Amino acid sequence: MVTTPLLPSDYLDLFSPLRAGADLRGRIEAVHRETPDAATVVIRPGKDWRGHRAGQYVRIGVDVDGVRLWRAYSVTSPTSRQDGRITITVKAIPDGKVSNYLVRRAKPGTVIQLDQATGDFVLPATKPAKVLYLTAGSGITPAMGMLRDAQLDDVVMVHSAPRKEDVIFRNDLHDMVADESLRLVELHTDTDGMLDIARLGELVPDWAERETWACGPAGLLDAAEEHWARHGRSELLHTERFRPSVVVVGDGGEVTFSTTGKTVDADGATPLLDVGEEAGVLMPSGCRMGICFGCSTPLKAGAVRDLRTGEITEAEPGVLVQTCVSAAAGPCELER
Amino acid sequence: MTAIDPTAHLTAEQIEELGRELDAIRDEVIASRGEKDAAYIRKVISAQRKLELASRAVLLFSIFPPAWLIGTAGLSVAKIMDNMEIGHNVLHGQWDWMRDPKIHSSTWDWDHVSPSEQWKHSHNELHHKYTNVIGKDNDLGYGIMRVDEDQKWHPIHLGQPLWNFINACFFEYGIAAYDLELGKNLHKRRRKNPEFRARAKAVGRKIRKQVLKDYVIHPLLSGPSFLTTLAATFTANLVRNLWSHSVIMCGHFPEGVAVFERRSINGETRGQWYLRQMMGSANISGSKAMHFMTGNLSHQIEHHLFPDLPSNRYAEVAVKVRALFEKYELEYVTGPLPKQVFSAWRKVFRLSLPNKKPKVKTPDREKELVAA
Repeated sequence: MVTTPLLPSDYLDLFSPLRAGADLRGRIEAVHRETPDAATVVIRPGKDWRGHRAGQYVRIGVDVDGVRLWRAYSVTSPTSRQDGRITITVKAIPDGKVSNYLVRRAKPGTVIQLDQATGDFVLPATKPAKVLYLTAGSGITPAMGMLRDAQLDDVVMVHSAPRKEDVIFRNDLHDMVADESLRLVELHTDTDGMLDIARLGELVPDWAERETWACGPAGLLDAAEEHWARHGRSELLHTERFRPSVVVVGDGGEVTFSTTGKTVDADGATPLLDVGEEAGVLMPSGCRMGICFGCSTPLKAGAVRDLRTGEITEAEPGVLVQTCVSAAAGPCELER
Repeated sequence: MTAIDPTAHLTAEQIEELGRELDAIRDEVIASRGEKDAAYIRKVISAQRKLELASRAVLLFSIFPPAWLIGTAGLSVAKIMDNMEIGHNVLHGQWDWMRDPKIHSSTWDWDHVSPSEQWKHSHNELHHKYTNVIGKDNDLGYGIMRVDEDQKWHPIHLGQPLWNFINACFFEYGIAAYDLELGKNLHKRRRKNPEFRARAKAVGRKIRKQVLKDYVIHPLLSGPSFLTTLAATFTANLVRNLWSHSVIMCGHFPEGVAVFERRSINGETRGQWYLRQMMGSANISGSKAMHFMTGNLSHQIEHHLFPDLPSNRYAEVAVKVRALFEKYELEYVTGPLPKQVFSAWRKVFRLSLPNKKPKVKTPDREKELVAA
């Protein structure tokens, strides 16, 4: 009443954006270079941060060139970190707006938007006896979160990166090797070639006994899933993908955003999330790869196609679609 | 004014070329929108909120005359900032590109009795689309005044200087009534329309909240300063109303601004639409502070050409737009605030009296005007 039409929080946010009760935010406190194109960002989360489990990711919203963009990154700090800060480690990908911003331009003191940590690519409560991390590129980040978190007796990591200098956390890994808490197989694909999963047994003879966490490009994960399945070991393999795996393209159509009254033509390959954002509609978004459901939006009419499977979803009362992995399949209407 | 068409010397091809040149100006700004612009609006919003908080705090002691003066002045400025540079422009979607849900046209509300949803409809969808088209753009005289020689005179127009003054004092209520299309909807048949009733209720709720804040809670919190704070918030609202009314009158009412017939916009091209905006709007010249306090509506011409470009960019756009006016030999109507306000008021007075029938007259058009 006192602050109408604003809320008291609109005023409090001016002075204390990280306070309890505020929308969850974080403040960047430092950015450490890891490799020529990767950096670790130290974040002080707001008071309402509920913590994370090793291996989970967090969605962050940063303003790049004035535009709020959301992405998901694995938390790379241990859950036991005492100072209340968390870290994420980001590899700049070509044309990646957020990743390049975080690696090259982000300044300490910047306030960013945060979401609670989420994801089920985590260690189980009872520690497995033998563990394998099968990673490549920035796929090492959730594994690093787990490595730093739990003291496990028998851990092997098979990690691929183009060159030695591209290996994120290389010093930390070799420190762990030095105190014998880790056995590391480090592959440099520029010189060694890509890992042939069929020959994994040569590198890690007991791989089939190990509970395995795999994270990296789709090629590696597809091969791993096939390999583990062929040996009847699928229940021991956990994978985490950074991008939707299959792209099925169909016909597009006219998309209506009923709340804002905007109508645009969309092709059958562009996620409705991108279509909406381009049209200036305030779209909720999250991982942008179909796993977090942060973008779920009611489908009021028409049909959409899941870009990963080609599956068609038709409008019915109560039907929500993930806009980040759905494209128009004919005319459709979203409640936004 | 409509008797002589100020754009008669332009060929259809020239008008489309003009449209393309304006599109290019727009594209340039859109391509360069970025961090600096975002920082600008956040700074303005933050400054407005701090100024409002500080002024209201000072007003808790408004029983002391210096506190009353400072607090009232600060609150007046804060309310003007809220409505003009922030509210009007955010509600236009000028900052939607930032994708910040806290500064977005679909979530914003302002210190004003008209709910933002209703204002967006009547302002963005009607006024900006049908700018200065008689019978379509109700901003022309707000449905209570005669603003063009072509409009039929009625004895009720004799009172229009008075209506205009009362409207200026209670401008936010005038806007709310106008957004509700109260004149039209109070007819017996329409009064019970559930859609109208829902909108009227929304206005009622908004008025109640605003009145409670400004005239009950804030004065009560002031304790012994109850009455003086009440006077202060009333004054601040009055100042804001008079100021915004004056600025807005300068946008389309001064002499030299063209109005258009309903039929003239049938099949209008992009170039013709631009041209109508150019001829139908007027600017206010002045300092940076003046542009800021008018919410950059001093760049009314540029705002009407590009309603959704960020307001902080209108000044640079104006240089290019003005060059186009010269290139195409069109009159760029602008002047200092007092001159433009005087010009607009003179028109209100002049048209309160009947005038000779305009030279160009078509019978079916008269019918349209009556129907409107």
